[in-house]
Amino acid sequence: MRSTTLLTLAGGVGFLALWKLIVVIGGYPTFILPPPELVASRLVTGWASGQIGPHAAATLVEVLLGFGVGAALGLVAGYGLGRSSIVARVVSPYLVAAQATPILALAPVLALWFGPGLLGKVVIAALIVFFPVAVSAMVGIRSVDTGLLELGRSLRATRRQVLLTLEIPAALPSIFGGLRIGITLAVVGAIVGEWAGAERGLGVLVNIARGSLFDIPLMFATLVTIAGLGVALYLVVVLFERRLVRVR
Amino acid sequence: MTTESRGRIELRDLSLSFPRRGADRLQVLDGVDLSIASGEIVTLIGPNGCGKSSLLRVIAGLLPADAGTASLGDEIITGPDPRVGLVFQEPRLLPWRTVAANVGYPLELAGMAGPERKERVAEALHRVGLIGAESQLPGQLSGGMRQRAALARALVLEPDVLLLDEPFSALDSITRDRFNVELLKLWGRLRTTIVVVTHSIPEAIFLGDRVVVLSSRPGRVVADIPVPLVSPRTLEDLDAAVVTSAARQIRAHLDPEVEPA
Repeated sequence: MRSTTLLTLAGGVGFLALWKLIVVIGGYPTFILPPPELVASRLVTGWASGQIGPHAAATLVEVLLGFGVGAALGLVAGYGLGRSSIVARVVSPYLVAAQATPILALAPVLALWFGPGLLGKVVIAALIVFFPVAVSAMVGIRSVDTGLLELGRSLRATRRQVLLTLEIPAALPSIFGGLRIGITLAVVGAIVGEWAGAERGLGVLVNIARGSLFDIPLMFATLVTIAGLGVALYLVVVLFERRLVRVR
Repeated sequence: MTTESRGRIELRDLSLSFPRRGADRLQVLDGVDLSIASGEIVTLIGPNGCGKSSLLRVIAGLLPADAGTASLGDEIITGPDPRVGLVFQEPRLLPWRTVAANVGYPLELAGMAGPERKERVAEALHRVGLIGAESQLPGQLSGGMRQRAALARALVLEPDVLLLDEPFSALDSITRDRFNVELLKLWGRLRTTIVVVTHSIPEAIFLGDRVVVLSSRPGRVVADIPVPLVSPRTLEDLDAAVVTSAARQIRAHLDPEVEPA
């Protein structure tokens, strides 16, 4: 195992130890801060009993659809913003204004419009993913070496060939920076959407565990699941990046 | 079309200007007349900003002239042409592609099928002495090897004309000398028309059948000096008396303040 991996693991162990230490020294009851081993066992029983699984599946679907839609629209918009300074000047203020409005404040409105089902969550997740992906695509497209564009012109490359062989490969490192941020924000968007009203999802389960069930270890186990989901999806993006982006 | 006219370049009263923000257009070339025979090597030399590179871009079809005509063979140049191979000052390789994929890039854009492309790429790499580096990325190569790859990319379409814009200026002088010798050897085999823009008087003389001197902006042809060296040339030829006299003439035209001795 590489030493960095060991360090990462050591960090996790340290975190758990600190958590346990706070519980022991502070003498907190389980309904304020359950000890890590209790959360771990609740995580296992929660998954084994099928209590967490359906909620996780619902959230995963929202995240993936929201990310897909938001990233796709963000890439298209970013390309337009990067290629045309007129588009950038006209549209940018509105994009920034939309992004500056807290998604938390926007979520109830969107839930009202799109209903308590899947659509509302996908819209919220897509909305929050859109901005970083659009900005990273814009920056990436603008980073294409003008010398390479001249080369393409001298070789009579078509618009489409320029896009596929020059602009996209040159923009990929930057785009993946946006996608990395986007995937973690998609999880946030889905959970926020669930808070604004839903029947299923990890965000819902957090509320149920804290409220009607009053099962605080389950609430923590759900939080761990959300974090795990975010990390796993992030790693998937990184994996794609490794395959698609060649080292310079 | 005859072989004699295939790689012939004719520039007639060529003028070029660039728009400037808040000022008149910047006149870059003014009435350039130049004939380059098929299979000839002509070097262009002139002070900084005299429009040498712009002139090359007009021939490459990348810049339209304001007035006058540029023609290749029997046709007027209206845009980039696959019969013209272009090597820039920088290698301009696609950093995410291997050497072989970079050299094959023009063929790929032209829609050539994989197997034929592979053959042509291998041939071009062989010509420039880049065997064994096919699967390397440009970032892994030395500056000289990168420029070789760029040359191979220009040769892969088997052009009638090769335009080189200060192609070796980023290389150290020893590598540069070797490149120039190799370029002449390559020319000995291919006999393409070659136009080289350079800053270096010895390089201009060593490579050129003729050295064309441009004035400072706006660029005009102020001298057209034949170099009476026989092929194949060697670096030792640079010590010959005819070279010294050609160099003196070029220098006099580059800096008219100094009277030719």
